[in-house]
Amino acid sequence: MPDYTVSKTLDYKGLACPMPVVKISQQIGTVAVGDVIEVHTTDPGSLSDFPAWAKTTGHAILETRQEPGLIKIFVKRQK
Amino acid sequence: MSVDVDKAMADLRSKVESMPGAENKLTMVVMSGELDKHLAAMIIATGAAAMGMKVILFFTFWGTAALRAADKKGRGKNFMGKMFGMMLPKGRNKLVLSKMNMAGMGTAMLKGLMKKKNVASLDQLYEVAAQLAVKIYICEMSMDLMGMKKEEMIDYPDLEVCGVATMLSHAKESAIQFFI
Repeated sequence: MPDYTVSKTLDYKGLACPMPVVKISQQIGTVAVGDVIEVHTTDPGSLSDFPAWAKTTGHAILETRQEPGLIKIFVKRQK
Repeated sequence: MSVDVDKAMADLRSKVESMPGAENKLTMVVMSGELDKHLAAMIIATGAAAMGMKVILFFTFWGTAALRAADKKGRGKNFMGKMFGMMLPKGRNKLVLSKMNMAGMGTAMLKGLMKKKNVASLDQLYEVAAQLAVKIYICEMSMDLMGMKKEEMIDYPDLEVCGVATMLSHAKESAIQFFI
């Protein structure tokens, strides 16, 4: 079991590039530093785009889970 | 020989800060007037803004027509200005593909596909760009050459007319420069 709790879940299913990354950049500021957001997406590009976004903006991807037809990404606000 | 470390550090800092490409900024020249290239430009622009970069777009030549508002008119145009106005697309929703347009069929087909696949339209991308404070400059000379007026351009929160030097000063500071 992961040792963190999710404080917000966001549904980005069906959205295509660049909207998942655009939306997480607008939402990350709505949770406190240290909080974790769970993102649901169907865009396969998000698998590489979220880590790239996190690296550039200084946040962290704690975990990425691929389920049939769904990708779950756990984003931690770092600053 | 004694060295003033503080002064040396200050000199070094000012040197580093004024180095080309030191800012987390992207400057993009948008010269093309076609739908596919504008989509690419706006996806890169909004994506970069989402990555925390300051984004500067410089619309020039054929690109300027994409910024015309569908429901506005420029007053006091001469004959050539009116001709250009008629020949050029009136705004972003009148742009066509650079390839496979096939008298509009290809463009219509692509727009249908984009809707089906839930890819953001140019309207949505401009809305996001405005939210993310993407700056748009329009090349003054291109507008003047084609007889376009500022008053016929879209309502956008951060839209300004400028010359090449403004774009170049942004480009010099930017970590990334693109030309589409």
